[in-house]
Amino acid sequence: MQITLRIRRFNPEKDKKSYWGEYTLDKVDSTDRVLDLLHRVKWEQDGTLAFRRSCAHGVCGSDGMRINGVNRLACKMLVNKLGEGEHIKIQIEPMLGLRVIKDLIVDMEPFFEHYRQVMPYYVNDAPLPENGRERLQSPEDRERFDDTTKCILCACCTTSCPSFWANGVYVGPAAIVQAHRFIFDSRDQAADERLKILSEADGVWRCRTVFNCTNACPRDIEVTRAIGEVKMAIRQGAKRE
Amino acid sequence: MQTHEFEAIIVGGGGAGLMAALYASRQVKTAVISKLYPTRSHTGTAQGGIGAALGNLDEDHPEWHAFDTVKGGDYLTDQNAALVLAEEAVSAVIELEHLGLPFDRTPDGRISQRRFGGHTSNFGGQPVRRACHAADRTGHMILQTLYQQCIKNNVKFFDEYHVVDVIRVGDQVAGVIAVNLDSGELHIFHSKAVLFATGGWGRVWEITSNAHSLTGDGNSIVYRRGVPMQDMEFFQFHPTGIYRLGILITEGVRGEGGILLNDRGERFMERYAPKIKDLASRDVVSRAIHLEIQAGRGIKGKNYVYLDVTPETVNRYLAEAGETRRVTREDIESKLPDILDFCRTYLGVDPVKEPMPIQPTAHYGMGGIPTDLDGLVVLDEKNTPLSGLYAAGECACVSVHGANRLGTNSLTDLIVFGRRAGKHMAEYCKSAAVTPLPNNPAEEIEAELERIRTANGKTKPYQIRNEMQQIMMKHVSVFRTADGIQEAINVLHHLQDQYHHDLMIDDRGKRFNSDMFEAWELGSLLDLAEVTAVSALARQESRGAHSREDFSKRDDEKWLVHTLAYREADGSIRLAHNKPVDLSLAAKDEKFKPKERVY
Ligand SMILES: Cc1cc2nc3c(=O)[nH]c(=O)nc-3n(C[C@H](O)[C@H](O)[C@H](O)COP(=O)(O)OP(=O)(O)OC[C@H]3O[C@@H](n4cnc5c(N)ncnc54)[C@H](O)[C@@H]3O)c2cc1C
Ligand code: FES
Repeated sequence: MQITLRIRRFNPEKDKKSYWGEYTLDKVDSTDRVLDLLHRVKWEQDGTLAFRRSCAHGVCGSDGMRINGVNRLACKMLVNKLGEGEHIKIQIEPMLGLRVIKDLIVDMEPFFEHYRQVMPYYVNDAPLPENGRERLQSPEDRERFDDTTKCILCACCTTSCPSFWANGVYVGPAAIVQAHRFIFDSRDQAADERLKILSEADGVWRCRTVFNCTNACPRDIEVTRAIGEVKMAIRQGAKRE
Repeated sequence: MQTHEFEAIIVGGGGAGLMAALYASRQVKTAVISKLYPTRSHTGTAQGGIGAALGNLDEDHPEWHAFDTVKGGDYLTDQNAALVLAEEAVSAVIELEHLGLPFDRTPDGRISQRRFGGHTSNFGGQPVRRACHAADRTGHMILQTLYQQCIKNNVKFFDEYHVVDVIRVGDQVAGVIAVNLDSGELHIFHSKAVLFATGGWGRVWEITSNAHSLTGDGNSIVYRRGVPMQDMEFFQFHPTGIYRLGILITEGVRGEGGILLNDRGERFMERYAPKIKDLASRDVVSRAIHLEIQAGRGIKGKNYVYLDVTPETVNRYLAEAGETRRVTREDIESKLPDILDFCRTYLGVDPVKEPMPIQPTAHYGMGGIPTDLDGLVVLDEKNTPLSGLYAAGECACVSVHGANRLGTNSLTDLIVFGRRAGKHMAEYCKSAAVTPLPNNPAEEIEAELERIRTANGKTKPYQIRNEMQQIMMKHVSVFRTADGIQEAINVLHHLQDQYHHDLMIDDRGKRFNSDMFEAWELGSLLDLAEVTAVSALARQESRGAHSREDFSKRDDEKWLVHTLAYREADGSIRLAHNKPVDLSLAAKDEKFKPKERVY
């Protein structure tokens, strides 16, 4: 089949404003990934096209972008999911809410800054088991936070969130997902500190339960639900005090 | 040009680099430089598990693990390294748990383990549950956990900095040179020690499980500065890649009971490995698949076979084997969620209902930068060190995987040897003096990058890369012959010529010039492809992943030695076959003596 790609282009060394580039590709397979199409444009037509990618199968989180208006990983989006017939058009833009550096590459630093804000690491200062072995955890306790361990920090959720677009100081869904992963880990000891951080003005209360994040997550994490659980934990914590 | 001063520089933010960083940064001023954000590293794609003889579900011992590693490596494994790996694996996995890694759990709360190819009890007996896992995203959990701990410990990162050269002053190392991808500016990192942890080079081949970024940069950088490449002819083809895409389907699928079937519906592994069948070592299974396909028994006569993990099939074979265990659809869903997702997304195939089409896929480099047991890079068969230079992880060759790596042993390698290298490097930095920078250390590499950026020939990098990948797939993959390899070498020479004299680059800019960096990475791949082919041509025997149709037997008399490939001043390759394999376990115990490998 034939595909027309409309790609939002911007070269900081040349362009004052971004513009749409149009590229036509023939002999596209319906099972090709959008990433394959971007590679074909870059390799066969215009080497200046810039985008991030690495694993090409949806696990490294490099290639989040807006495809036909929704955030997706280019390597996990197949052409057959974007239309039928002999000719389709696909529109590709950088993720919203982060500064565009070049073409589809956005500045990830603010995103990682929010990530670092929520203490995204395991804390347990209790003495280690004397037998030198692992700490124990029941399969049920392990299951409790399984969903949020899947996050690959692609930023698809955060950059699909209207609250984040409105105000970039909001920590955003991805950071809350990371906090959730530890708050509900029975072995971790810093839940209260994280809940305190997330209860502040830039924390969970900026979430308006729009569900864009859940729809955007390429790992099928129930992001909105995780945020809801954190909100609930904050409320209960407040009651406890 | 900006110059940064550190004591220890770590190049690469995958499992090996981050583990080393955690240890080194506790003692000396350390920075991690990575061309990708660390969490994008390929360690995150590792699926099945990390091997350690915890004995949580079956009786197990490090000596058994060491034995399997030596046998799996077809006796090219250095036995002292295998013992270190197996013994320290246990504390390494426990340490990961203590750092927060969310392993799956047994009913009594301990780390859960599963079966994996080539891992057996009692020196080659029945399959043993040794692979510690977190669903089928163990590597993701390792990478995340280590990165999180680095954040906790304020490790200094230079993300999206591409290292392009190492500064070598005689037999000392003085730092590296890197490009900030965003600005395009060169930076000098002046340091006492440098550790390369840049991962693999699977992008040499057409069908591969490896990320686009796995281009062997660390290997080619040190190779160009006089460090030999060891055992490069041994590159593993994993038996089960998704047909045409190469995306990996973990051996964990077979560990959970999945079966390989040919077009006639035969469980063909029964013929190739009567004892452990589908769970034989990877080289054995990849060859079996290849032979089935050659004999016309690929599915519909094409070049793939089926991997079947539907509960009906698995249970039928479990019953046939007299096992009482049965699996349900839910078991498969909960243990292999990512695999199901890959197949559903990319193939439209639902593995709990139908079999998956698979073919061998280029996967893992057993060879690499030669190091000693502390990760210190060595320059020759006498283990002469290059002071201050370290390597760990897939880019290194300790050599613990010999001629064929066992599944789950790479993740173990990252943690065990990453930790050893990090510690050793920190100790070294505490006593070593700073080597002054030479004048203009970036001169050469700056000129080379400039050549690429302004190249206006006629051949685009992807054309050269495609040709290289195809010829390597055709002639330097699962089976090899002298004629085939020679043809590959001829083509590679032609491609190198094009690369140096007829390259065409579109992007003349500085910022995020991925056109230029893809081309630079291609230069690295071409170097490593040639070293692989030349090393493969010289080794006239079949051992592990190196299978010569014209020399089909293993030849211990002549070839129980490591290969060292040196780059000569004119760019040609000189081989040495004088580095002995460590046989220290065999000296004490008959069982470790090289013998025929049957599964
Ligand atoms: C799909 C798949 C599944 C696997 N499953 C398993 C498994 O279940 N068990 C197992 O034991 N092994 C498994 N392996 C093998 C194992 O995952 C890898 O060998 C291992 O993760 C490599 O880790 P590393 O730290 O050496 O390198 P990587 O994780 O690849 O990291 C390399 C790092 O180097 C950086 N880098 C590279 N070049 C440069 C440069 N020029 N400048 C700056 N930085 C650079 C990159 O940014 C990256 O951070 C699997 C491999 C694959 C491909
Ligand atoms: S390239 Fe890794 S997630 Fe798409």
